[in-house]
Amino acid sequence: MPAVSKGDGMRGLAVFISDIRNCKSKEAEIKRINKELANIRSKFKGDKALDGYSKKKYVCKLLFIFLLGHDIDFGHMEAVNLLSSNKYTEKQIGYLFISVLVNSNSDLIRLINNAIKNDLASRNPTFMNLALHCIANVGSREMAEAFASEIPRILVAGDTMDSVKQSAALCLLRLNRTSPDLVPMGEWTARVVHLLNDQHLGVVTAATSLITTLAQKNPDDFKTSVSLAVARLSRIVTSASIDLQDYTYYFVAAPWLSVKLLRLLQCYPPPEDAALRSRLTECLETILNKAQEPPKSKKVQHSNAKNAVLFEAIALIIHHDSEPTLLVRACNQLGQFLQHRETNLRYLALESMCTLASSEFSHEAVKTHMETVINALKVSLPQFGSRDVSVRQRAVDLLYAMCDRSNAKQIVAEMLSYLETADYSIREEIVLKVAILAEKYAVDYTWYVDTILNLIRIAGDYVSEEVWYRVIQIVINRDDVQGYAAKTVFEALQAPACHENLVKVGGYILGEFGNLIAGDSRSSPLVQFNLLHSKFHLCSVPTRALLLSAYIKFINLFPEVKATIQDVLRSDSQLRNADVELQQRAVEYLRLSCIASTDILATVLEEMPPFPERESSILAKLKKKKGPGKLPDMDDSRRSVNGNTEHSENTDTTNKSSTHSFTDVLNLNSAPSSGANLLIDVFSESSASPAATEVSEENFPRFVCKNNGVIYENQLLQIGLKSEYRQNLGRMYVFYGNKTSTQFLSFSSSVSSSDLNIHPKAVDPVIEGGAQMQQILNIECVSDFSDAPVLNIQFRYGGALQNIAVKLPVMLNKFFQPTEMTSQDFFQRWKQLGAPQQEVQKIFKAKHSMDTEVAKAKILGFGVALLDGVDPNPANFVGAGVVHTKSTQVGCLLRLEPNMQAQMYRLTLRTSRDSVSQRLCELLSEQF
Amino acid sequence: MQFMLLFSRQGKLRLQKWYVPLSDKEKKKITRELVQTVLARKPKMCSFLEWRDLKIVYKRYASLYFCCAIEDQDNELITLEIIHRYVELLDKYFGSVCELDIIFNFEKAYFILDEFLLGGEAQETSKKNVLKAIEQADLLQEVRYTPNHSHV
Repeated sequence: MPAVSKGDGMRGLAVFISDIRNCKSKEAEIKRINKELANIRSKFKGDKALDGYSKKKYVCKLLFIFLLGHDIDFGHMEAVNLLSSNKYTEKQIGYLFISVLVNSNSDLIRLINNAIKNDLASRNPTFMNLALHCIANVGSREMAEAFASEIPRILVAGDTMDSVKQSAALCLLRLNRTSPDLVPMGEWTARVVHLLNDQHLGVVTAATSLITTLAQKNPDDFKTSVSLAVARLSRIVTSASIDLQDYTYYFVAAPWLSVKLLRLLQCYPPPEDAALRSRLTECLETILNKAQEPPKSKKVQHSNAKNAVLFEAIALIIHHDSEPTLLVRACNQLGQFLQHRETNLRYLALESMCTLASSEFSHEAVKTHMETVINALKVSLPQFGSRDVSVRQRAVDLLYAMCDRSNAKQIVAEMLSYLETADYSIREEIVLKVAILAEKYAVDYTWYVDTILNLIRIAGDYVSEEVWYRVIQIVINRDDVQGYAAKTVFEALQAPACHENLVKVGGYILGEFGNLIAGDSRSSPLVQFNLLHSKFHLCSVPTRALLLSAYIKFINLFPEVKATIQDVLRSDSQLRNADVELQQRAVEYLRLSCIASTDILATVLEEMPPFPERESSILAKLKKKKGPGKLPDMDDSRRSVNGNTEHSENTDTTNKSSTHSFTDVLNLNSAPSSGANLLIDVFSESSASPAATEVSEENFPRFVCKNNGVIYENQLLQIGLKSEYRQNLGRMYVFYGNKTSTQFLSFSSSVSSSDLNIHPKAVDPVIEGGAQMQQILNIECVSDFSDAPVLNIQFRYGGALQNIAVKLPVMLNKFFQPTEMTSQDFFQRWKQLGAPQQEVQKIFKAKHSMDTEVAKAKILGFGVALLDGVDPNPANFVGAGVVHTKSTQVGCLLRLEPNMQAQMYRLTLRTSRDSVSQRLCELLSEQF
Repeated sequence: MQFMLLFSRQGKLRLQKWYVPLSDKEKKKITRELVQTVLARKPKMCSFLEWRDLKIVYKRYASLYFCCAIEDQDNELITLEIIHRYVELLDKYFGSVCELDIIFNFEKAYFILDEFLLGGEAQETSKKNVLKAIEQADLLQEVRYTPNHSHV
């Protein structure tokens, strides 16, 4: 144990800490701690009043135990006693305990606030500072309510000590972050801004942070800070390093303050006043010049501090984006860092250059560093390549940002070659980036096709569906590349081992355009078919389903292979395949090929029509991966893809003209693993993407038979629901969880519903990072309805406005009251509801395994009573209930008959109202 | 800055300072995750890493890791020097600081940090001024309070 020379050591505490350190095992430690906790508890509860020193010692022990990671649920009262003491060390420990173990007990808070109030009024700067530190550390709403109006007064009062001003400034900053509504700055604004002129650099340092925070929220109110900040900055950068005495850090004049001032200036556009503007430009030039001077010290602290200021200056230059010379100089400076031996500098230079690449003034200058950036990817060249994956990741980002038509081929080629050795963690992202660049800058679509096939060859496992959907879509939409694509996939498929994604692309493309290369005897129809079929047995079910569709397309394209393909379809492994989807396709395709005339075949199996163009779903996926706002807009990619084709009718409508099974021709809809609609989805923007205003209803069906769960989730926000219903009334608790560490601002929500009365309670406009907010919706069902209400949410996250719309799971069945009845009653009512329009029946295929208990739970969750012993067949389910609306009540009887053998259900519903029967049947049949 | 953590090479947490309101559970989860991530990094690696939507800046001094979480707009290099200045302050106060000083005098480590950083922002960057404040406080306790009881 070290000798504690300063302050008064607490020997008891030191002994306890030593004991803990000497514990050989976790168990021994816990035992020792429990013994100590029992001891402290008894001391606190004991009759003998403890003196200040003992109290302090025990509170310190509790603090230590808490910091070891154990829960502490007592000692707060003793801590409050300590902080109310007028002995400094006791006060200090009391405040520390309260700051670390924040407690929300309101009585306690009242006592703490009282003590803080006394200390703030004490005029003793040391006590005032302790109190201000405590407010800043706890930062709770209660404290803001109590002190937000008092602290500005302390901050600007003429007789306040400098150190107290510093604490007061940052204390206000903290309160402003947690409860901005409670910190009215109005009358203080001018005097706070004026602190930038204070003689004491410590005061200026603290005040600059406060002003920056306030200016971010209300730039207009703090406009006058710009000229003061420029003046201050100018004085610092032109000062000799010794002028600022202790504010000089390793020969760099006031680096923290400089960074803060430059940051403050980033809240504003370039100054309009010419003199001010040129003074600022001079400052920035001086900072850039200093970077070229030989270092005044070899210490890393010197270079870090100097470069911290430099990077902040470059950030300001990029923010202004108005001075071409400064932008180009900044770029050259960063270029030097790209080859620096310090990993940190290389990393930051790559990051900063990424933003420079998007400025029209510096884009070209950034491009000149391409070779260096490419080298950073080369792990095999230790003198260039970085061993740190995060640096390589940055290099990929920068290459992506600097890519344009002139260098696209080279950059894509380099990314592809890097992909072969890239870390697994960043492969998927590189694949997406290559796919996007190849599409965006393709002048020649043969290059695009080659690139994507290369992607699949090199990193097939990381090529997501979006990527291979997209290549098919582009080939279908551009007839100039179809022949080339057919030839290339045919060649690629010759490889003995090829990735399944290639089989998918190959199957699709040959099925559509195999005829374009069939003239060559080396790729005759039979050769093509045999090639595809040689891969068939190694593929997963969705791919096989796709291949079967390609085969039926072959029958149409090439009558000469019809018999061969029919033989394949007819084989037991197809017709009796255990997989329902494969079996169905084989049966239907075989039948179609036998009975349909050539004309019908040609119509049904016609070439796919061009796809309507929407945003690339690849881009949407990358945006989702990277978060909002981190990608350049790639608008022109939309035009280039579909330049030559008319937007034709939607695939959906085309398919409707053919028989039922063919709506699915090349759609893997029913494959269990592959999720939703295949190519239809190629264009759809992901519903989770940040700006989506499409109504999300993805999770809606899950709530038909239950009331609680997560209805919506994206990168930023999670929405959970809890609901309860009674007759025609309901109450829904909506929980908004902020998944980020940043506040959501201007949060608002509204509910739109045509048929229900819904009253949402008001919500707070701010959701703190990591916090959850609850909103209550009161719901009244007026009459029977079918459209669910939509919840619309709006908020600001990091400056960007987010819009989210979610379909709320309020359905007719929520207003069910179960009804128990005897078998006799049931059949009597069943007969009464015998009119044809009162009954709705649906026969459908089971989508889930047909488990009796699960089915029971679902029917109960649907809201009706489950009646045992009513149906003569015990396997059938019978239920009854009454739907309550404000205007009427509708009785409902239902019967669900499972057919295990056929994996089918028959659902029959009878109610007195046909619209109700219809709606309930739709809802319930989707659940099995 | 959102928070600062000090932990040992063995992954023991020595000091934690949170400038954003989080539940104890969340704090523990973050700590566990970050300690693991940072300890797994190799010596020559970059001192910065992206983590959730924050940036982590860390540096190792002897057996202790100092680790700060800052926001997207914040300056990484100046944060490294915040860490260094804090180390210098501890060094000056304890006289060549070591991990044990921070274990046994954890409350002092907190007091010094509060004088230097408040609300996650640098309050006073002058070493002299920070130490003066701490020494004055130490003086205050010796003048005002002379213990006259048996220890423990």
